Amino acid sequence: MSLTPVLTKRFGTAQPWKIENYERLDGYAGLRQALTLLPDELIALVKDSNLRGRGGAGFPTGMKWQFIPQPKAGEPSKPHYVVINADEGEPGTCRDLPLMMNDPHSMIEGIIIACYAVRAEYAFVYIRGEAVHAIRRVVGAVNEARAKGYLGKNVLGSGFDCEIVVHAGAGAYICGEETALLDSLEGRRGQPRLKPPFPATNGLYDAPTVVNNVGTLASVPYIVLGGADWYKALGPEGSPGTSIYSLSGRVANPGQYEAPMGTTLRELIGLAGGMSRGKDLKFWTPGGASCPLLTTEHLDLPLDFDSVVKAGSMNGTSAVMIFDEDDCVVRAVKKWSEFFEHESCGKCTPCREGTYWYVGIYDRLENGEGTEEDLDTLLDLSDNILGRSFCALGDGATSSVSSSIKYFRDEYLAHVEGHGCPHTATRTLAGAH
Amino acid sequence: MTNFRTSVINLDRPGDPSVFGEQTRAAAAELISRYPAGQGRSALLPLLHLVQSEQGYVTPDGIAFCADLLDLTKAQVAAVVTFYTMYKRTPTGEYLVSVCTNTLCGMLGGDEIFAALKEQLGVGNNQTTPDGMVTIEHAECLAACDYAPVLTVNYEFFDNQTIGSARNIVSQLQSGERPMPTRGAPLCSFKQMERQIAGLWDEQALAPDANSSGVPTEAGVKLAIERGDTAPSYSIDTSAPAERTPAAETVKAAPARPAEDEKPARPRPKRTTTRRPSKGQAEQPTSEHDAPLETAESDPANPADPGTEKGD
Repeated sequence: MSLTPVLTKRFGTAQPWKIENYERLDGYAGLRQALTLLPDELIALVKDSNLRGRGGAGFPTGMKWQFIPQPKAGEPSKPHYVVINADEGEPGTCRDLPLMMNDPHSMIEGIIIACYAVRAEYAFVYIRGEAVHAIRRVVGAVNEARAKGYLGKNVLGSGFDCEIVVHAGAGAYICGEETALLDSLEGRRGQPRLKPPFPATNGLYDAPTVVNNVGTLASVPYIVLGGADWYKALGPEGSPGTSIYSLSGRVANPGQYEAPMGTTLRELIGLAGGMSRGKDLKFWTPGGASCPLLTTEHLDLPLDFDSVVKAGSMNGTSAVMIFDEDDCVVRAVKKWSEFFEHESCGKCTPCREGTYWYVGIYDRLENGEGTEEDLDTLLDLSDNILGRSFCALGDGATSSVSSSIKYFRDEYLAHVEGHGCPHTATRTLAGAH
Repeated sequence: MTNFRTSVINLDRPGDPSVFGEQTRAAAAELISRYPAGQGRSALLPLLHLVQSEQGYVTPDGIAFCADLLDLTKAQVAAVVTFYTMYKRTPTGEYLVSVCTNTLCGMLGGDEIFAALKEQLGVGNNQTTPDGMVTIEHAECLAACDYAPVLTVNYEFFDNQTIGSARNIVSQLQSGERPMPTRGAPLCSFKQMERQIAGLWDEQALAPDANSSGVPTEAGVKLAIERGDTAPSYSIDTSAPAERTPAAETVKAAPARPAEDEKPARPRPKRTTTRRPSKGQAEQPTSEHDAPLETAESDPANPADPGTEKGD
């Protein structure tokens, strides 16, 4: 197993966010090459590469692009839009912000290529409002790209026009759900829409729209340059390309580690210098707070889209949060549940009320007032939330609850029997390092 | 987003849009013009940031102003305001301190930091010190888990905090100093920051030389250099060479890929832009893309260690 920096390779070089530095390192070569191809050839190339969306769901990007209806010459048509989901807020996920802060042009180059492929003239980058430094870098990069002729009218003399609007959100995790994002971008409360119809036919302003994640589009210039076979060979069958594993928590050297899809946690912990305080691994998430927890028995699980699903979790955003034996799993899940309760948009009753009930029960458990029956209530709630809401937020809220009870029922019972958290003694020094 | 159970907004008066002057109206018109014709409502979120930049929070005046500009009812605007956490309902301090207390940061010390700062400031969550200098809130995941625990001041990152370092930052803010963010531009006021979030950036606010990186961001790529790890290489088609600086022309060789042949040969469209072929390139130049690049460690002009720019 070796590290394979592709998307992260400019990290740490001299001011990689500046266009002259980006160009010096092959920047915009992918766009130049893309403009020599027909749009349909580009879609075929991305399909052939089997690039799968990096936002969590892993949907094939080329198929998304192909779903955009392309009327024949002379047929009336609505404009097409490309929307970039840069609303990174899934707990544990910290990949798109460093990517935009350090290498915004790779995403912008990918956006322009995507616009050319799906025949869109407008792209919107929806960045969460709190991420000011990422917004700053993307705005600066868009200005630079426009000044160099990569954006605007007649991109590089190709006759193709492309404009990017950078749009800041206002603090709502749910806007990372693509249809909620579109509602938010239209100036509304960010609440998910019923699907179908899908954004590919009825997206932004009810027009055909591609919604892609930052990391997905940043991968596109490399695919154009390297070709589909090169890209596929970077990862295992079915999960092509590299993955930026964002390691956080109880490892010695947390950070961004780009390696082939299918790397295992054991290998990742090794890369990150081992565990941080000499304690053994206890639980971890393979892709953010919406993915069921895994344990030491999954140390050798290949972290790719399909293997993780087989093990009962999800690859998600490849945000790996690592906790050790001194960390209380009930406390961790309580905090995630509070997050989902806070971020539930309120549209669907099971999610809105279910997450509210979760928090009440976890408060009881932590305060030493929990009962064994509360565990059954938590599982019952999970059954009633899962699959019963418009979007995946409610489903995601159940993941850590159900999986933690599955793997750590004894620790829950210890909270009941001991009238509170058995880990209190070990947590007080946490902030004092 | 804001908890809908506790979402209230003070609409005790109708609001007076005329408190916003000509300059604000011109800025609003510019924001609206960025969206396709007929889709002005898309500018509502930016406009609400704009009115916050004038008044420090969303007032009935701000709601009336946005409603007027976009031909919406005030109820429609208020419904949007109450949905989003960043729209404040009460006057916000010069500095908004947000402490991440989500699971990862919280368990690595964020909870204790939040408690210590509330104690230091003598105010609770979402409250402002009597002198109007500092508002404190707990934040959900700020997407900086590899720098945990983190806090932000007016949304600029202060990474890898301890109780001591966080207290130090707040003390400086209280005494009118502006500590330097670990990643981000020099601090400005909350109102100035809201203007930027609305989408109005000047050259100074874009801070092209401000630090963007730190040890965790570069951890993988540095390790790759140490280990000699690289991604499999590919050659790139340079028949339309980009403008390159001489330094970039010393590229290392990489094998040509058979996959390249599969691409359909297509005559290049004529281009009118001013690009010149660079001199001295090899017949089949290949890419610097193939290897991790030198890190800032070897580049004294661009220190990678955020500690060197830390204000505490």
